[in-house]
Amino acid sequence: MDRRDFLKTAGMGAAAIGVTACAPGAVKQAEATGNKDLHGEMLHNYPGIGTLGYGCMRWPMKKGEDGQNHIDQEEVNRMVDFALEHGVNYFDTSPVYLGGDSERATAEALNRHPREDWLIATKLSIFNATPYENCVKMYRRSFEIFKTDHIDYYLLHAVSDLEDFQNRFENCGIVDFLVKEREAGHIRHLGFSFHGHQAGFDAMMALHGKYHWDFVQIQMNYMDWEHPSGRNTRADYLYEQLDKRGIPIVIMEPLRGGALADVPARLADQLKAREPERSIASWAFRYVGSFPRVMCALSGMTYMEHLQDNLETFLDFKPLDEGDKKFLLSVADQMVNYPLVPCTACQYCMPCPYGINIPGIFKFYNDNVTAGTYVVSKEQEGYAKARRKYLLAYNEAIPTVRQADHCIGCGRCEKLCPQNIRIPRELRRIDAYIESLKRETL
Amino acid sequence: MLRKTRIALAALFFIGITLLFVGIGHDWWGWMAKLQFLPSALALNFVVVAIILLACLLFGRVYCSVICPLGVFQDVIIRLRRVWDKLVNDIHVHRLRRFKERGIKPQRVFKPALKHFQYVPEHKWVRYGVLALSLVSLFVSGQMLIALIAPYSAYGRVVRSIVGLASASVVPALLITGLVTLVVIAVCAWVWGREYCNTICPIGTTLSLVSRFSLFRLTIDTDKCINCGRCSRRCKASCIDKHNHIIDYSRCVACFDCIDNCTEGALKYRFVGLRGGSPVKPANDGKAMPANDGKVDTGRRAFIATTAFVGGALAAKAQDHMQGGLAEVLPKENPQRGTRLVPFGAGSVKSFYDHCTACQLCVSACPNGVLRPSTDLEHFLQPQMGYEKGYCRPECTACSQVCPAGAILPVSPEQKQTLQIGVAHVNLELCFAAQGKENCGNCAYHCPSGAIRMVQTEGVPYLVPSVAEARCIGCGACENLCPSRPISAIVVRGNSVHHTNA
Repeated sequence: MDRRDFLKTAGMGAAAIGVTACAPGAVKQAEATGNKDLHGEMLHNYPGIGTLGYGCMRWPMKKGEDGQNHIDQEEVNRMVDFALEHGVNYFDTSPVYLGGDSERATAEALNRHPREDWLIATKLSIFNATPYENCVKMYRRSFEIFKTDHIDYYLLHAVSDLEDFQNRFENCGIVDFLVKEREAGHIRHLGFSFHGHQAGFDAMMALHGKYHWDFVQIQMNYMDWEHPSGRNTRADYLYEQLDKRGIPIVIMEPLRGGALADVPARLADQLKAREPERSIASWAFRYVGSFPRVMCALSGMTYMEHLQDNLETFLDFKPLDEGDKKFLLSVADQMVNYPLVPCTACQYCMPCPYGINIPGIFKFYNDNVTAGTYVVSKEQEGYAKARRKYLLAYNEAIPTVRQADHCIGCGRCEKLCPQNIRIPRELRRIDAYIESLKRETL
Repeated sequence: MLRKTRIALAALFFIGITLLFVGIGHDWWGWMAKLQFLPSALALNFVVVAIILLACLLFGRVYCSVICPLGVFQDVIIRLRRVWDKLVNDIHVHRLRRFKERGIKPQRVFKPALKHFQYVPEHKWVRYGVLALSLVSLFVSGQMLIALIAPYSAYGRVVRSIVGLASASVVPALLITGLVTLVVIAVCAWVWGREYCNTICPIGTTLSLVSRFSLFRLTIDTDKCINCGRCSRRCKASCIDKHNHIIDYSRCVACFDCIDNCTEGALKYRFVGLRGGSPVKPANDGKAMPANDGKVDTGRRAFIATTAFVGGALAAKAQDHMQGGLAEVLPKENPQRGTRLVPFGAGSVKSFYDHCTACQLCVSACPNGVLRPSTDLEHFLQPQMGYEKGYCRPECTACSQVCPAGAILPVSPEQKQTLQIGVAHVNLELCFAAQGKENCGNCAYHCPSGAIRMVQTEGVPYLVPSVAEARCIGCGACENLCPSRPISAIVVRGNSVHHTNA
């Protein structure tokens, strides 16, 4: 009996006791597994890999003694333990996540468990043409941090097209180095993550013969399936191309940065009407998990409740039928009509050199659109109150020096955005909206 | 009945004006500020001045016990003193009773703690001296003196400094002045009652000139009076001479406490017409109140042209770009702007400072953080404008709506567009675009009047901002939103007389 089985048995035993025990015992049981009644087996589309993967880009933060925000390590440990216990074993991180602290925090939590219990995916996060030595340095540092002799999944971070691939990775020779490392067994699987247009993806697929991509990480969800943001490629095309070649797929942003966990109220009603007891987020996970080529769907679970909600979806997984999928795509069709910014709060654009809180502004704007507190016109009922509330909330959420009107349009952020959002234009659009609210010229 | 009416009205005004200074409900009780004597006089609002003087001639100084917030504030302190004294007294009595029960003789002689006022003659020289000084200072544009001792503005500063303390954002000079005023007035009221109103306050003295002849007055019926002296002891204005049955109407603030306190019903508030002389008695100069003296922060930070550019560093460090976090934003500094900026509706710098009593009402009303009290000696605590935290937004006319002194006359948002309080000047040495650092133009993008044009100049790769002087209204949107920190590359310099372009 290995460790996981032992834990599972022990957990089930505890659950059995909890059910039969008297009231105080039941309380204790609830604390141990949270608000959800978790049972069943983790979904495995590929053997040995839990289809729910842990995205380590959104660990919880806590204010430290120095007044700065740091990763809340205690909470990370608790969630990693819980995840492993329930069959989540794929952890995806990067040397740049969370201000460069994500690898360390993730390693600290994982190294409390035997190496064979977890799979690590990390990346070569180089965003400009960089000398070979610096690339190798970044690669080696990941090994040191994880105290390991092999990395299970290694990715070239955020490839957008052939030129970008050559410029950042191929020309300096680092790709050849990584292929050799794969032969030596230090890298078990080599792949890349992709954000970009269709021609760029085709070019990368053309290189499959040369490099043999063991897996590819793409952005896929029921929204991106037919309605990708910016110039990005439709997810149905990406899936089809990878499926055709038999390449395993890792899904990023299955919730589109949380947007699919908090959809506009009228759409939420439709989802809830179909499955009143399941969370809105669960639909997005069931969507991606239903595709057999999906090896792993990453979720950046910040809180224990996120993890537990996702586990409820992936333990005893119920795949969507064709009718369900069609229904979700119709929801996506409706969502396009809302003026939402497709920001996933990945923070790649940050820090803005002019101090603007870009994802914060987008989140404030989107939240108000989805919550229906977006002021539409002067004629609407309760306009004065809604306007006042909106403006006060804006100042509350974003300090004045970090608001959209300070954007001078330098465009550094735009180049970094994986969603291809035209950030300065969107900021100006939101600023113009707020200005018209202030001047009452809506 | 009279006393209770007075208390109810006073409470209404006091709460209203206090909330006004806190910044709540201007729509409901904004008119209360407009009934204040000195601001109305400075605003040349003769209707209000005439009403106050007429009321004074009819009923005596009811203004001082109902409308003036500082007067009511002193009444509150005096009331607190009575409650405190009664408490101390009760403890003594209780203790005495216990001693008696046990049959022990108390060691100390019991002294009643209740505050008793007693008649004091008028401090004529101080009163008229201060009044004369105040008038002189008004005519030589030295509003500072009168602004410091005028009751309404003094109360405004007290409230503003407490509010500022609570929200941890206050100009030190205002905080010190406000707190010193609070302590001096509170101590003065605790010990001497309404002494401030009857010795220092120039408004009180002015009103006293009229109230001496008021048509309704308090009178003592000598047939009923038993010379118990209760009225005199309760008189916080110390103006009832019980021996001669004379009341000094120049100091009586018509609080009516004495009426309720008289057991014999000897005191009556009634119509007497123009009869009866004023009880003038030789006065010996008493203690003078120290005028409050806040510490003045005259230090202006030297203007440093060299500016740290926030952006430059990051481009060089793009290689080790880490995801997330917020860049530090240097706070903006108020630049040297030649002629200072005063709000739309002020007309001119001189007119603004001639009328302003430094009551801080406009500062509390400004939602954009533009108005703040100045700290230079000449215009001590009178407001000025600055665009570091925000700018004078086109739709906002808050300060012009609240000013009771006519320092800022009402303007509409449309009128604002036709005025010019200053003109923006570009400093090309700090400008990101002119220095070839960034293709900026944020000032032109946000200018509400379209006065900033981006133009091609020789040797600069980007378009450079330039100001069409006649179209600029001086609102400061450009200055506030300029990315150059701590000193903006575009700065509004004030017009000494505001230009109109209607």
